[in-house]
Amino acid sequence: MNYHDPHKPKHLADRFENKHAVPNGASAVVATTETVRVTTPADIGGMGHRMKRKEDPRFIQGKGRYVDDIKLPGMLYMDIVRSPYAHAKILNIDASAALALDGVVAVITGKDLAAHNLHWMPTLMSDTQMVLPIDKVVYYSQEVACVIATSRYIAADAVEQVMVDYEPLDVVVDPYQALKDETLVRDDKELKTNRIWHWEAGDKEATDKVFAAAAHVVKEHIYLPRIHVASIETCGMVANFTPATGKMQLYMTTQAPHAIRTVFALVSGLPEHRIQVISPDIGGGFGGKVPVYPGYVVCAVASLLLGKPVKWIEDRSENLTADSFARDYHLEAELAADANGKITGLRVNGLADHGCADAAANPSKFPAGLFSICTGSYDMQAAHINFDAVYTNKPPGGVAYRCSFRVTEAVHMIERLTDIMAHELGEDPAAFRMKNFIPADHFPYKSPTGWEYDSGNYHAALQKALDMIGYDALRQEQAEKRARGELMGIGISSFTEVVGAGPAKDYDILGIKMFDSAEIRIHPTGKAIARFGTKSQGQGHETTYAQIIAEELGLPMADVDVEEGDTDTAPYGLGTYASRSTPTAGAAAVMASRKIKAKARKIAAHLLEVSEDDLEWNINKWQVKGSPEQAKTIQEIAFAAYTNHPPDVEAGLEATDYYNPPNLTFPFGSYICVVDIDKGTGEVHVRRFVAIDDCGNIINPLVVEGQVHGGLTMGLAPALYEEIVYDENGQCLTGTFADYLLPTAVESPKWETGHTITPSPHHPIGAKGVGESPTVGAPPAIANAVVDALWHLGVRHIDIPITPQKVWQALRDAGVTD
Amino acid sequence: MSQHKITVTVNGQAVTQEVESRLLLVHFIRENLDLTGTHIGCDTTSCGACTISLNGRTVKSCTVFAVQANGGEIETIEGVAQGGQLHPLQEGFWEKHGLQCGYCTPGMIMSAKHLLAHNPDPSEMEIRQAISGNLCRCTGYNKIVEAIQYAAAKLNQPTPEEVPA
Repeated sequence: MNYHDPHKPKHLADRFENKHAVPNGASAVVATTETVRVTTPADIGGMGHRMKRKEDPRFIQGKGRYVDDIKLPGMLYMDIVRSPYAHAKILNIDASAALALDGVVAVITGKDLAAHNLHWMPTLMSDTQMVLPIDKVVYYSQEVACVIATSRYIAADAVEQVMVDYEPLDVVVDPYQALKDETLVRDDKELKTNRIWHWEAGDKEATDKVFAAAAHVVKEHIYLPRIHVASIETCGMVANFTPATGKMQLYMTTQAPHAIRTVFALVSGLPEHRIQVISPDIGGGFGGKVPVYPGYVVCAVASLLLGKPVKWIEDRSENLTADSFARDYHLEAELAADANGKITGLRVNGLADHGCADAAANPSKFPAGLFSICTGSYDMQAAHINFDAVYTNKPPGGVAYRCSFRVTEAVHMIERLTDIMAHELGEDPAAFRMKNFIPADHFPYKSPTGWEYDSGNYHAALQKALDMIGYDALRQEQAEKRARGELMGIGISSFTEVVGAGPAKDYDILGIKMFDSAEIRIHPTGKAIARFGTKSQGQGHETTYAQIIAEELGLPMADVDVEEGDTDTAPYGLGTYASRSTPTAGAAAVMASRKIKAKARKIAAHLLEVSEDDLEWNINKWQVKGSPEQAKTIQEIAFAAYTNHPPDVEAGLEATDYYNPPNLTFPFGSYICVVDIDKGTGEVHVRRFVAIDDCGNIINPLVVEGQVHGGLTMGLAPALYEEIVYDENGQCLTGTFADYLLPTAVESPKWETGHTITPSPHHPIGAKGVGESPTVGAPPAIANAVVDALWHLGVRHIDIPITPQKVWQALRDAGVTD
Repeated sequence: MSQHKITVTVNGQAVTQEVESRLLLVHFIRENLDLTGTHIGCDTTSCGACTISLNGRTVKSCTVFAVQANGGEIETIEGVAQGGQLHPLQEGFWEKHGLQCGYCTPGMIMSAKHLLAHNPDPSEMEIRQAISGNLCRCTGYNKIVEAIQYAAAKLNQPTPEEVPA
């Protein structure tokens, strides 16, 4: 086997490449290439151009506008009294000393909210969560009362003066303990149990049969701990209710402004047209800014009650201890294979720790998100997943950590199991994957858990990664080092993502279908504004959406301004998370552009005095077939749309599209990680990391690289460093950046990236999402590399984060520490 | 709370104000002077979003009282571009895609500016170490390193009058 010499035939992958030269793209089988498609000149800057971002000039000059930058006349400040206990009765709240301080305007408690029936709120999964408690608290750092004052310093002083009497209760932090129902987290519920839901996917009977017939079965308990997105900007709001107009403006750190507006309308009773949610520049989101937190609600209520603007900005400790968390999944997973080492089945028993409320940010019908993508990149006969979720005395879990609805958990599990199986069978992990991949000519592929993967070419991506990193030479180096007693590991992850929720028939959040939208208006002089229902938090939408429109209409991308995040002006949409913006709103931009192009054709035919049928589109103009000198550019047509439009055509040149995707998109990739392990300290050093991503057609290679680099670092972080830890009393031990360790520039490797391109057959420009692929794909590559380094010492699994202590312990158990 | 009159020079302009003893420099800059390019990302001096230059040293302005800056010279991100011209670091961040959400960017640029002022030709590891007090959650740092290398190369180019005829 020769994986690394580019001049030799690529044996394994060759069997699957080249079959894809499908005439006219008629078949669902899609050609894979490495060449980024570019059809427009650089001054137009359509798809495939490596354009600098349009949003950057304001950020590099300190002129971004984030929520905390907003200052309104007469603005008050809110600060929050939080619980020092994870589970306790509230006996009394005495705010008199706080209210006596100069500058304190109000102290709001659960009882005050109860008077307006606002002390509970719905979660995104139709559970309930306390806004402020009346009788008891259920997690450490829970919001207990809110102080409103004339300055943030006075508000902080007053928080110290609010006296709360608690009676501590028994605490349950372990989800397996919670299953016993000895300590009830939610005694407000009719059913006296900590169990929230039970969910199954796949075919149990078929799976049991496959396991009964299997020649090889591997089993592992895999825990994916609680982690926190920790965007560098925390959460916050400026609520500005104007009694004279009845208008409520909510400047808010939210990834989903329109859905938030609807939820606020339903919960508060304010008419929706009197609520304006404005999501200005957002300092990172990654899923943490999808939910509604109690602080937002109280801030809005305070402004409503006081008739004044109120600002609430959480500090980092509040952010790390009280906002929703990601993961916390315990997985008992088994993989079966036949005598030839062909994977045949997967069986999973999972337990989800949701903390005190099921506040997961998932589509309604998917309580465990899209976890059932867990058969991954491998063709197998059957799979079955059996899942329970429980309440514990922790803050709500279940938001994303830059990942599409539980896909990271699924990918980590299948990639770990695949690696364990390869090692158990004594097969090379790369060859084992090549043998078990879904072949490229099997797409669209129906998975055993019911997904229809749109397109893929897993062999090509892995082969490219193997070539790029020089796999055979590394294996040789590893063998030599091992002979000398040095620890080096090579880990592979060949993941399949599922993003772009989603088709309206299955995907909604609180009943609102997960379409997304674009509205494009072209002004008479050929400049345009485009507005979207999504909301960038750094993804670069102002650039990439403009490039999509430039591609479709030939308008220079510099002439297209993109706006998002103001519910008074932007069309309704479900927002930006789960890598859904390009698959949904990006597609809406294409469809709206094509509506404009169709109208432009009528106007061009009128101007050129020909039939529409005689016209053909050429980059930025409609031209007469066979006579291209007779043409009208999009700018000329735009001017005519307001000055000389045909009598039977409306004036103006604009269109709106609400795009309902026919399927999700399935980006994929292969990552290879090389680690060296220090035997004395257990420290893992990531020496090299090659990432080949396939996100279909690329809109802006520079932006895609940026997304991949950032995602890889957010994959490295939970693999080696990050974990939110609680003690047995439910106290959070990781409430600052001194305890919760984000990678710095020193820990982050020099990422080596590349791509293959296998377009999505159903997306109008063949694109897929990409922002989260690397966060999903990277952790198992790193974990597999560490285990690969230690396998010969009897180590078969280490849960992430793979800290020096865990590695050192494993080495000590094997008797090999220095 | 006692008040103090302080005078500081911020981006070349002298300002005199009455401030509380406990007012943090970052709040003085952001709220009293409305220079909101300096950000707050933590409360433990860990993230570096509030990095500014005080008397030629980079400091995390969330951990300095405004009164400590009395009589001092402050530079914030708003003072980095001169005469309508972007600084090479700002150009580098734009050119190399050294930012995504932009929240950490002002602090990163201030730390990088300090580095290049003292070490005009840093190695990659020197750059990484110099910005290791500034957390970024979006970029993975590689492109920030490239942005700083771009600026170093540009600043090290001889100016036209230095080029021998």
